[in-house]
Amino acid sequence: MRRTWLAMGIALTFACGGGGESAGGGGETPAASSQPAVAALGTGSISGVVMFEGAAPANPTIDMSEEPNCAARYSGAPADPVVMVTDGKLGNVFVRVTGGLPAGPYPAPASAPTIDQNGCLYHPRVVGVMAGQSLTILNSDSLLHNIKAVPTANRGFNVSQPRAGMTREQVFTEPEIMVPLECNVHGWMKAYVGVVAHPYFATSGENGAFTIGGLPPGTYQLEAWHESLGTKTAEVTIGPDGAGTVTFTYGAM
Amino acid sequence: MAAVALIVVSAVPPFRRSAEAQEPPGKAIYDRWCAGCHGEDGAGRGEAAAFMLPQPRDFTRAAYQIRTTASGELPTDADLHRVVDDGMPGTAMPGWRAKLNAQERDDVVAYIKTFSRFFEGAVPEPLAFAGAPGESAEGIEEGARIYRELECFKCHGDAGRGDGPSAPTLSDDWDHPIRAADLTRGWNFNGGADVKQIFARLRTGLDGTPMPSFSDAIDGGVITEEQLWRVAQYVRSLTPDRPPVREVIRAVRVESALPSRPEDTAWGEIEPVFIPLVGQIVIKPRWFAPRVDGLWVRAAHDGTSLALLVAWTDPSASPDSAWQEWLDRMAATMTDVDGALPAVQGPDRLHVQFPLRREEGMERPYFLGGDTRRPAYQWRWTTSPDAVAEGRATGLDAFAPAAATGVTHVAAHADGEWRVQFTRSLVPADSAAAPAFPLGEAMPIAFLAADGSDGEDGMRAAVSAWYAIYLDVPTPAGVYVIPVVAAMVTAGLGGLVVVQAQRRTNRT
Repeated sequence: MRRTWLAMGIALTFACGGGGESAGGGGETPAASSQPAVAALGTGSISGVVMFEGAAPANPTIDMSEEPNCAARYSGAPADPVVMVTDGKLGNVFVRVTGGLPAGPYPAPASAPTIDQNGCLYHPRVVGVMAGQSLTILNSDSLLHNIKAVPTANRGFNVSQPRAGMTREQVFTEPEIMVPLECNVHGWMKAYVGVVAHPYFATSGENGAFTIGGLPPGTYQLEAWHESLGTKTAEVTIGPDGAGTVTFTYGAM
Repeated sequence: MAAVALIVVSAVPPFRRSAEAQEPPGKAIYDRWCAGCHGEDGAGRGEAAAFMLPQPRDFTRAAYQIRTTASGELPTDADLHRVVDDGMPGTAMPGWRAKLNAQERDDVVAYIKTFSRFFEGAVPEPLAFAGAPGESAEGIEEGARIYRELECFKCHGDAGRGDGPSAPTLSDDWDHPIRAADLTRGWNFNGGADVKQIFARLRTGLDGTPMPSFSDAIDGGVITEEQLWRVAQYVRSLTPDRPPVREVIRAVRVESALPSRPEDTAWGEIEPVFIPLVGQIVIKPRWFAPRVDGLWVRAAHDGTSLALLVAWTDPSASPDSAWQEWLDRMAATMTDVDGALPAVQGPDRLHVQFPLRREEGMERPYFLGGDTRRPAYQWRWTTSPDAVAEGRATGLDAFAPAAATGVTHVAAHADGEWRVQFTRSLVPADSAAAPAFPLGEAMPIAFLAADGSDGEDGMRAAVSAWYAIYLDVPTPAGVYVIPVVAAMVTAGLGGLVVVQAQRRTNRT
């Protein structure tokens, strides 16, 4: 357990490699950090927001009656947080730099973000790691979860965590957007891991905001990914003042 | 560099021949024997794939079920050989030991690995397992306890029949529906049913399927390795070595009352016979992936009536709303098999069939419901409504219910199993509409079963060949008296001969 809390602490401090905001599927306030774990290329950053225009699609309801201990955590039947829109802002969008960076290589940090199985949902639902970096998979529920990864570029796996407090350190060696995680005991549980060759990525929080820090002035290409709404690209320039801003806009499909 | 390469290539004039020589030796064997299901590109979508559940392996992802390596690791060559050589029980994959020689099987294993770059330079290491503890009744009990603690029942069900609450939601890595293993049928275990093989599946998981590895539970101190062995021993205890298939179902003569319900404890005294079923693949729409692959049949009579108990694994009492998503995914996967699957779940079905008329010699009606020349007499049971129709069939789709029915039934569904008892008098009410059940003679009998939640409607069903049912004849008293009298007479005569011989000897 001590190892677990330590890992979580590091994860929160580190917050998605480049220091973006981590999206808490359950609504925890992300701890933004602009301190990259490895030697940064610069001190500038990209601040972005993901907008959602129009009426947000209704999320499917989860029938958790099979798992009363999880169901008791929610008032009424919980919604599957596929599309997270708050005041026109879209959360759980994975944004990464796809162009404008030096070729690398970029060493993977020793820290590990945590993905927590809690209340029979994954928290966060969307998480980024660097290729070669550890991801801590934690079970906080007092029941059996299995964690199956179904990647294509990386090796898939399927392991069980029948007790609360169990953790597993998982490394994905190849960049891959995205690696789906699923639980087969609870077919509704889905999460997505973005595996990136460099540390310049972030996930939008509930307020749609994200920050990618540690970059020198220059022009960068970005790609935003959402599990059901697809991808969007943008170009952003970080000026001599070290600040660049970008807005992605999704809409009802 | 490019110039050098060009020179090298042009220095080898028979370029075509060298290209052929580079073709891996396993390719020709693979293309001939394996590609029909697994596809020439190894992606698991050969021509026959649409007929199969589980679907053929996609070699391009190198995710293999039957391994001795940790989850996420590649299989060893020995792991791949085991499947190629001996096949995978419970699936369409046969063993190739008899068809291909050792070199050919080596070549095909090597060739399968070329479909995935993951094998390049990889040397998979098998996991080291501790030895199995000795088996005991207490050990099996502990295994049962840990089976519950680890929540194996979530998929495999309380009695192991693959009917857990998560079973209808299961998909493999390719989004095809996949059935949780029925642990009461060890002969279908994909990786074999030895305790050691079951233990290996628990340790390594079955990659590509929802079955996870439980090694982390040992490494994390949640259970001991010995306790996981206990689970393997418990799972093994749920299945017989092999199904007791017999040609003849013996209807035991009972002196007390016939069992009246499937739950009647009197049924426990009667040994069941296993009747294997296969997909109906004669009449369209054909069905190659039946849910029901066999029936447990018991029979008894009291000289007046026949009682028949038929039991089979079926995780759902169809229609069952929890299984609708299963049917939707079945419909999406089994797309090319003689038309679309129904969108709505039909009932579960069971047909029990006899010849309508006794024939001389070995003549029997056509096994799929008879024909106009030789009709069949059938009991057709469905779940919805829970009713049995008795009547005359002249084909699978030609059934005329009889006006007066004499057969009664009681159906019960529990723990992923249907148990249906039929009872009818030996002498039918209307001898033109139904046959009598004669004592002391083998009467042909055949079966059809279907799972509505699986999309099995109409011709889509599992069927048996003809078997026979034999109603015991009460043993006449003479059977016991005559041998005793014969023995006494023989002994008496023998004694006489001896006495005579002794007298003669004494005289001389």
